[in-house]
Amino acid sequence: MIRKTIFLHPDDNVATVLEKIEAGTEVQIEKSPTEIQTVTAITKIPFLHKIAIIDIPEGTAVIKYGQIIGRATQNIKEGEHVHTKNLKSWFYT
Amino acid sequence: MEFLGYERENGSVGIRNYIAIIPSVVCSSHAAQKIAEKIPNSVCITHPYGCGHFGADWRRIVNILSGLGRNPNVAAALVIGLGCENVTAKVLAKEIEKTGKPTQYLDIQKTGGTQKTIEKGIELASEMRANADKLEKRSFGLDKLILGLECGGSDATSGIITNPAVGVASDAVVAAGGTSILPEFIEWVGTERELAKRCVNPDDGETLIDLIETFTTEAKKLGFDPRMIAPGNIRGGLTTIEEKSLGTVAKGGKAPIQGILSYGEAPPSPGLWLMVEPGLDVESMIGMAAAGAQICTFTTGQGTPTGCAIMPVIKLAGNPETIATMGDDIDLDASIILSGEETIESFGQKILQQIIEVANGKPTVAEKYGHQEFAIWRMPIMFNLGGMAGKLTRFFE
Repeated sequence: MIRKTIFLHPDDNVATVLEKIEAGTEVQIEKSPTEIQTVTAITKIPFLHKIAIIDIPEGTAVIKYGQIIGRATQNIKEGEHVHTKNLKSWFYT
Repeated sequence: MEFLGYERENGSVGIRNYIAIIPSVVCSSHAAQKIAEKIPNSVCITHPYGCGHFGADWRRIVNILSGLGRNPNVAAALVIGLGCENVTAKVLAKEIEKTGKPTQYLDIQKTGGTQKTIEKGIELASEMRANADKLEKRSFGLDKLILGLECGGSDATSGIITNPAVGVASDAVVAAGGTSILPEFIEWVGTERELAKRCVNPDDGETLIDLIETFTTEAKKLGFDPRMIAPGNIRGGLTTIEEKSLGTVAKGGKAPIQGILSYGEAPPSPGLWLMVEPGLDVESMIGMAAAGAQICTFTTGQGTPTGCAIMPVIKLAGNPETIATMGDDIDLDASIILSGEETIESFGQKILQQIIEVANGKPTVAEKYGHQEFAIWRMPIMFNLGGMAGKLTRFFE
């Protein structure tokens, strides 16, 4: 079964999962009413945490709400959990 | 899109038709309450202030108490003073009267004591009530509406679903020529550069960044770093301060920012406005009510009971557990976005519909239970004013 996510802005490279996701689970990103992307989780992702919906290279921006929420501190793969181990504030760390 | 309201003398439109009984000082609270008990559809703004204020603190108390009297939801105001306080009934009445609405004041020491003041007050307020009851509701466009945007008792659902849905409703109000107020400057920390880009006037953008940087520096001196995020936030899925704050300001939608208001300051023109106040729910809602907001949305995650005496407050929660345990305190269940039953966009339209219904007279949960929480943000006693000099002074006096 494909799991739903919250996708907040067309520019975002992360989405928020709406239940606890195990590695290997497919999640659905509704980019618009007509464009649905499917991403396979490659790590476990806790309830209301973020999943990368595209590869995010180290040093580049992680985007949510259409805005920069920080910098990738390592290469993040599509389907990976995005959190403190691979994302830091852009200005304040 | 239209709502039904009461047109006031200055052209503003109320969605409630209250007689406000306002003690100018804590000492006249009892008399004010006894008067309000006898007047249907009245509100009594009971508070612990009024005596011993000076300078900026005095101006703030006067601005907020009189601002509540000026709110369009108030048809007429009666101020009850003692006589020896420095926030006098006369000063408050004079400020409220500038709107043109019927306003009277009584001082207990000059009226012959408490019981005579209560009798005289009931007489004056009854007449105000009778006149206000003659007013008929008419239809108005959303250009006459000022919407307050509050959030508190937040959790992970607030920033992801509920605030973005409120943002959809706020954008709709603004697009229809109305006004929204986004308060809680402490929760702009980390997103000030993005907010600054949305300011119509570039000077306001600079002021905003200066405000947040200065505040952060001053707060650090007091041992608090506003750029840290709490362990509970991290467990909930938030990683950076930017992300947390973007979730908070999402309730302001995507509209351009017209400018930055000080606490309780009325927006001079329509559109989305920021208001400088610290993010304590009741203080924040009182600031927006004093600025003339007739209605407020209040996003919560963990649940909150609070309301406001003058301004109906629509409470929304996105956490299904909160709906299960505190559903009686909540007007709108946003958790149906989590289950996929609604989208942020479609639920935002429902919020807008609820705003219209409440404006038209539907009581909110907080109104039904009689919530009248009240507090004023007294900045001068909270922070080191020395650090808030220059262009920022206007926000801190």
